[in-house]
Amino acid sequence: MAEIVVGTLTLALDEDGFLENADEWNEEVALALAATEEVVLTEEHWELINYLRNYYAEYNVAPMVRKLVKDSGKSLQEIYALFPSGPGKGACKIAGLPKPTGCV
Amino acid sequence: MAKKVKPEELLQYDLKPPRQEWVDTPVELKPGTFCWGAKGKNLQTVGFPNARDWSPTEEDWKLPEDWQETILEGIADRLKKYRSFRLFMDVCVRCGACADKCHFYMGSGDPKNMPVLRAELLRSVYRRYFTTPGKLLGRWAGARELTPDVLKEWWYYFFQCTECRRCSVFCPYGIDQAEMTMMGRELLNLLGLNTDWIAGPVANCYMKGNHVGLEPQTITSNIEFMLEDIETVTGIQIEPNFNRKGAEILFVAPSGDFFAEPGTYTFMGYLMLFEELGLDYTLSTYASEGGNFGFFTSNEMAKRLNSKIYAEAKRLGVKWILGGECGHMWRVVHQYMDTWNGPADFLEEPVSPITGTKFENAKSTKMVHIAEFTADLIQHNKLKLDKSRNDHLRVTFHDSCNTARGMGILEEPRYIIRNVCNHFYEMPEETIREKTLCCGSGSGLNAGENLELRLRGGFPRANAVRYVREKYGVNMLANICAVDRAAMPTLMDYWVPGVGVTGVHELVANALVMKGEKERTTDLRGMPLLGKDGEA
Repeated sequence: MAEIVVGTLTLALDEDGFLENADEWNEEVALALAATEEVVLTEEHWELINYLRNYYAEYNVAPMVRKLVKDSGKSLQEIYALFPSGPGKGACKIAGLPKPTGCV
Repeated sequence: MAKKVKPEELLQYDLKPPRQEWVDTPVELKPGTFCWGAKGKNLQTVGFPNARDWSPTEEDWKLPEDWQETILEGIADRLKKYRSFRLFMDVCVRCGACADKCHFYMGSGDPKNMPVLRAELLRSVYRRYFTTPGKLLGRWAGARELTPDVLKEWWYYFFQCTECRRCSVFCPYGIDQAEMTMMGRELLNLLGLNTDWIAGPVANCYMKGNHVGLEPQTITSNIEFMLEDIETVTGIQIEPNFNRKGAEILFVAPSGDFFAEPGTYTFMGYLMLFEELGLDYTLSTYASEGGNFGFFTSNEMAKRLNSKIYAEAKRLGVKWILGGECGHMWRVVHQYMDTWNGPADFLEEPVSPITGTKFENAKSTKMVHIAEFTADLIQHNKLKLDKSRNDHLRVTFHDSCNTARGMGILEEPRYIIRNVCNHFYEMPEETIREKTLCCGSGSGLNAGENLELRLRGGFPRANAVRYVREKYGVNMLANICAVDRAAMPTLMDYWVPGVGVTGVHELVANALVMKGEKERTTDLRGMPLLGKDGEA
């Protein structure tokens, strides 16, 4: 089982580098996860991360990609520029959200 | 990652079988061709045995001590329970008709992906422990011991079969290789050897009603979001209703359609059609999944997940059930549901409230496929359609394995497409209808970590798409399955760039002239219609 060390905490990651337990997320964890994606977090990144966290708190899942695009006012290309692995494997991972599963 | 490998490089494989006999060739788990192991918490949610975290890449798969006994008892139980399994263990004559019909074999050249050999992985063990020649003569009788390596080989190859049943079409005995894979997976499941891409959705579906794990407020919010888009394109406001008692029809769709593109456009298509018809229907936030990943673990689990559809129909007091564009959902509905969870004697024999057509084929399950429903509407001239609104699309149709081979839905989608599109082109005859080639990602294989496997398995289908792209300029691949919509965009981008993927009801909705709509300038995706973007 992969792990990530953040300060005094050691957190479990799944095989794709997602946080096993979304409740363990905090801003320091986001910085450490961003490092695994080779992303340096700027204010623009944080806007998306905070949006995802708030959405997740309400809906318990990642938003539809088009909803993310519409609500954030950023195009998919702009999101990819910020998170090269994309909204799911990049932004959601750093925001500590679990991977969506099923026919998706 | 396979994506970085160029397509022509991925096709460089040797079809010459290894010199060594297959039985002496140990399994090698190649990165990119298998899924992650099922997490303990997901197995535990549904009470599956040996729930623990484990990794297929590690030597120790954390098997229970009596694992061998468990498997042998599992085989014995299933030989008693399933006549098909008993028959298929014995009847194959190794004629090889199936060998080159499998998309995974065609895309990888791995001999153990020949259906006959994939089945032999299990048959060899059956012979050793359940037949007299095998017990006495061992290897001379094609028998072998059940060892941990054999188990790993099973796991690797039974999750490299999409249960598509193309090989069965060519088998002179009609051996159903999907049944072999299903039995193989059932046995593995007795030891907690599932994949997490399957176990996760199963746990979600069991707890929340759908594979994605969407809560009721998420479902309603997603659908409201789609309704805003529909209003933007058509000017029409739609008021959906959820969990409404006394509705005539319960509509059940695959949950991918209310979560991920391009399935969401298909879902918009359903909503627009029902609105235009004034259909008395409701959506359920509980029976919120037509698909059934339980079917990829064991029949018992599939039955448990399937039961919510009738339970919800009964609770809401509907007359019958309409089902969306999903693949394996229909194999389950058509071939298992009535036996597992029927009889649905609290429902009525489905009758279209618009045309009066009795769907006699759905007499026992009381569930009608939306392609049948819509084809019947068109046949009775009940829809006003402007085909030219799909003129920017040159469409081909991919028969989804489960609806084509599992229930014979072959003509209805084609009839619909011909009535809503001016440009429709068929792929070569040996790659469509009953002989359709799989997307390479079905039966729970549409994960990310096994992308190379998916691209290899999807190659034969993609190659047929490339043929119609080069010949007719096809730029849209239509289908009636949510995993097709989820998996094929990646497949097309890799093998045939420039081809999009759509559900059939997205095409219907583009063409559907709705009462009171504004002049449409774009399709549902916001793409300009031909002649509406300033061009001639």
